[in-house]
This record gives sequence, structure tokens and C-alpha cells, in this order.
Amino acid sequence: MSVVAVDDLALRFGERTLFEELGFELEPGELLAVLGPNGTGKTSLLRILLGLLRPTAGSVVVEGCPPQERCHRIGYVPQQRVFDRDVVLRGRDLVRLGLDGHRWGFGRFRHEDRARVDASLAEVGATAYADAPVGRLSGGEQQRLRVAQALVADPVLILADEPLLSLDLAHQRGVVDLLDARRQSAGTPVVFVTHDVNPVLHAVDRVLYLAPGRWAIGTPAEVLTSATLSRLYGTDVDVLNVRGRVVVVGTPDDQHVHHVENGH
Amino acid sequence: MFTQLLAEHFVHTALWAGAVAAVVTGTIGVFVVTRGMSFAVHAISELGFTGATGALVIGIDPVLGIFGGSLLVGLVLGLLSLRGRERDSAIGAVLAFGLGLGYLFFSLYQAYANQALNLLFGNILGVSDTQLRNLAIVGAVVLLGLALLYRPLFFSSVDPEIAAARGVPLRSLSVAIFLLLALTTAEAIQVVGVLLVLALVITPAAAAQRLTGRPTLALLLSVAIALVSTEGGILLSLVKPWPPSFFITTISFAFYVTARCYDWSRGRQSRLISSPPRRTWAVR
Repeated sequence: MSVVAVDDLALRFGERTLFEELGFELEPGELLAVLGPNGTGKTSLLRILLGLLRPTAGSVVVEGCPPQERCHRIGYVPQQRVFDRDVVLRGRDLVRLGLDGHRWGFGRFRHEDRARVDASLAEVGATAYADAPVGRLSGGEQQRLRVAQALVADPVLILADEPLLSLDLAHQRGVVDLLDARRQSAGTPVVFVTHDVNPVLHAVDRVLYLAPGRWAIGTPAEVLTSATLSRLYGTDVDVLNVRGRVVVVGTPDDQHVHHVENGH
Repeated sequence: MFTQLLAEHFVHTALWAGAVAAVVTGTIGVFVVTRGMSFAVHAISELGFTGATGALVIGIDPVLGIFGGSLLVGLVLGLLSLRGRERDSAIGAVLAFGLGLGYLFFSLYQAYANQALNLLFGNILGVSDTQLRNLAIVGAVVLLGLALLYRPLFFSSVDPEIAAARGVPLRSLSVAIFLLLALTTAEAIQVVGVLLVLALVITPAAAAQRLTGRPTLALLLSVAIALVSTEGGILLSLVKPWPPSFFITTISFAFYVTARCYDWSRGRQSRLISSPPRRTWAVR
């Protein structure tokens, strides 16, 4: 029984086709990395899964329900965006918003909610700075709180949009390990959008590679090959394995090459 | 003299009006400051003034003009739901035009100069029973609205991206908070004037923000600072016959400066006592 079913999905903005005939299913506990250069619709795909964007054609079903009907909770970890230094918000408040911030009213104090927030904070190792204003925490600490915020409501699916951007290597590893642990313990599938696959490569089950107008899905060994990427881009692309890291060379998108070369 | 004045009915009315205005403005101020809407408060209140003078020119009730001006600007700003620099420049342009228009109306009908002056700087000691009642009704509506919208409004103020992902309607909330703000402003202008609306919406919340990182505590502190400022200001004006608006703005400003100093010294202390370890970069 798959958690997510994407069928014959197409997204066009005017004349421009980002992707079409896109289809895949996600099994419980699966981690799917969405790769590809800028402007190929990686973030748009997440917005469709969140129910915030209507696809041009095709259907998306999350646990038997279209995402825009919001039958199920979907955890969302965004790109690291530094909070305003003076924002009146503690780490635990941020996590709490993930639990019931969308509900009307002031909200009553309930011990069970507090316990859930505490458990989430402990799960990501953020208990020590849970009562500090988020604006004064480091990027890595904020991103851990983001993971706790996404996990606190027991989501059926976790979507992460470049969650490692501008984090140092240790914190990248920390965030990936947290998501990896969750999908293994609770069976929550994870869709992980990233421009650099290397920090997640050890945890990835399948890769969805979005190239301009074309896509491919499969295990990293199937997709991240010179043959597959050359076919996707319609030009000669080399995939190299350098000391356990995957490096893609020769894509028409200069910026992408730049990212991969510098994507420590 | 002071005790004699304290027994006067108009002083009681003023104190009540000040209290109602303080609770409502102190509460909505927290959202205004968090969402970075301080400049929009200027636009809404000053366009309320333009509406009032315009109403005087065409010979209708200036109260209608205030509500018309404030709500119109609030609705437009809410619908645009712009962010950052784009919003600043849009508000700046509207604000300048509105003030120019207000000045024209004002100069056309010098006969109402005193009334217009009261709208700008407030006349809290001259509040009538009817005005107090209306203020209380509008205040109750605004507080009820804020209580109902509290969580999603707070969510969308501090963390809009995730709020949207969780299905919080950002644009509707933006319109709602702007309309509630316009309603507050329009009613408060008649009682305390444009100047005091600015002093009571922005300053207490900005001071509270410097004092705590807890959202609910910040809300309570903001209301408390607004209350102490208005009631203190009214009482001081009984002792020394200067305009109460002056005292109220001065007290709230003193709170703001104190809060900033406190925040600064706290930050300095923590830097001195425990300088955080330098983040070492992971070996690549």
C-alpha cells in the first residue's frame, strides 16, 4: 500500500513545460531525493504535494486523499531562512505552531500538547535551547527546530525543500540523520529536494531527476549514470564517482556544475 | 486641586477611554510589530485624518470620513499583502498623497481648524459618554476578532512559509488584520488622535518585544505598558496642565528606551560572561 501516488502529472506555465507524464509511488519509509538544476519544477512538485499548487494535468493522492483537501498532516521542512533577530518566538513556540498553529482561537493549555512538543524537541536534541528566542540561535539549531516542527504533528509524509542549504557539514549530517531515523522508526516517507545528492546519498532509496522537460526515476545506481543523465539532457554528461562522492560534469546548466563542485 | 479633578465625571470618562484604547492598541500592536506593519499604521491613521477633513469639506459626519479613509487604506494594503521594501515604498507614496490631500481639505475649511487639530493630537479629556460607549463596542469587536484569529494570525506573522504549507490562508488573514487595525485606528483617532494611535499601537509592543521571548508574556507586557502610559499620562495632565497626549507619548517612549537599554545590557552581560565557543568548521 503506497502512501503517495502521483499519476500522469504535468505542470506548465504558459508555453513552458516543467514536466509531464510524471508518475511514481512512495512506499512507507521510503526516502526519495528530487534532484535537478534550477527551474525544473522541484519546488513546484513539493507545492503540488502540499496542495498549494494545482497541476496542469494528472493527479496526486496522499493516503487516499488529494492534498488540497488536507485530510492528513504533511510535515514540511523549508530552506533555512534566518529568523529576524528580535522575533518574539522561542524554539518551543516554533515547534508548537507545527502542532496546532493552524487552528482557530487562542488555544487552551493542555499537558499532552506540551508533552508532545517536549518529546519532539528531545527527538531532535534541541531541549537545551528550547526556551531561547529562535532569532538568536545558529542556522543549524534553527533547522533542527524546523525538523521538530515538521515531526511534532505525526505527519503521514515529510517534504523537505533544500533543508541543508547554507548549513555546515556537521549540521547537514545531523538534519539528514533525523529525517532518516524518523522514516525508519515511524515508516514516514520523505521527499527530499536537493541540488547536491551527496549529503543524503547514504540514506536515499530512489532518485527523481528532473531535467528541463524530461525526468527519470530509480535507484541512485540507475539514475546517476552518464547514460541516463546524457539522455535526460540530450547532451554528453559525465557522472563521476570521486572518493564516494557523486560529481556531475557537463550539464548545460553552469550553475548546477558550480553547485556540485562546491557543494561540500 | 488634583483630588478635586479626580472626582470629575470627565476625568473618569477619560480614564476609561484611555484604558479601553490601551488594551486594544496594546494587543493589536503585538501583531503590527511582529508583521512589520508600523509604517502601515501611519498610513491608516493619517488617511483617517484625510477622510475626516474630506468629510468636513463635503459636509458629512467626519466620523464617517475617518472610517472610510482608514478602512479603504487598510483593505487595499491587506489585499496587496506586500512584503518588505515594496510595501514600504507603496505605503510611502499613498501616505504622502493622502497627507497632501488632507492639508488641502484642512486649508479649504479653516473654520474647522480646532476640530482637525483634535483629530491629529487628540483630546482625551473631552471624550463624551457616547464616544466612550462606541470605543468600547469597537474595542470589543477587535479583541474578539483577534482572539478568534490568534493562532493562525501568529503563525502567519512569524512563520508564513510553514503556515501556508499547513493551509493557513495568508491573504485572508492579511486582510483581516489590516481591517481590524483600521477599525481600531478609526475609533481611537476620535478619542486620542492620530499621534496617540501611533504611540499606543507601536511603542508598547516594540518595548515588550525587547523584554521577553515569550509570545504571551509579550502580549501582556504590551498591554500593561500601554495602560500605564495612558492612565499615567491622563493623571499627570491633571497635575500639570499640559496636553495629556504629550505625557502619554513621553511615558511610552520612556518604556521603549528603558526596554532597549535592558535588552542591550543583557546582551552585553551574556557576551561578557559566556562568550559562545566559535563554531569550528567541519573538516572537509
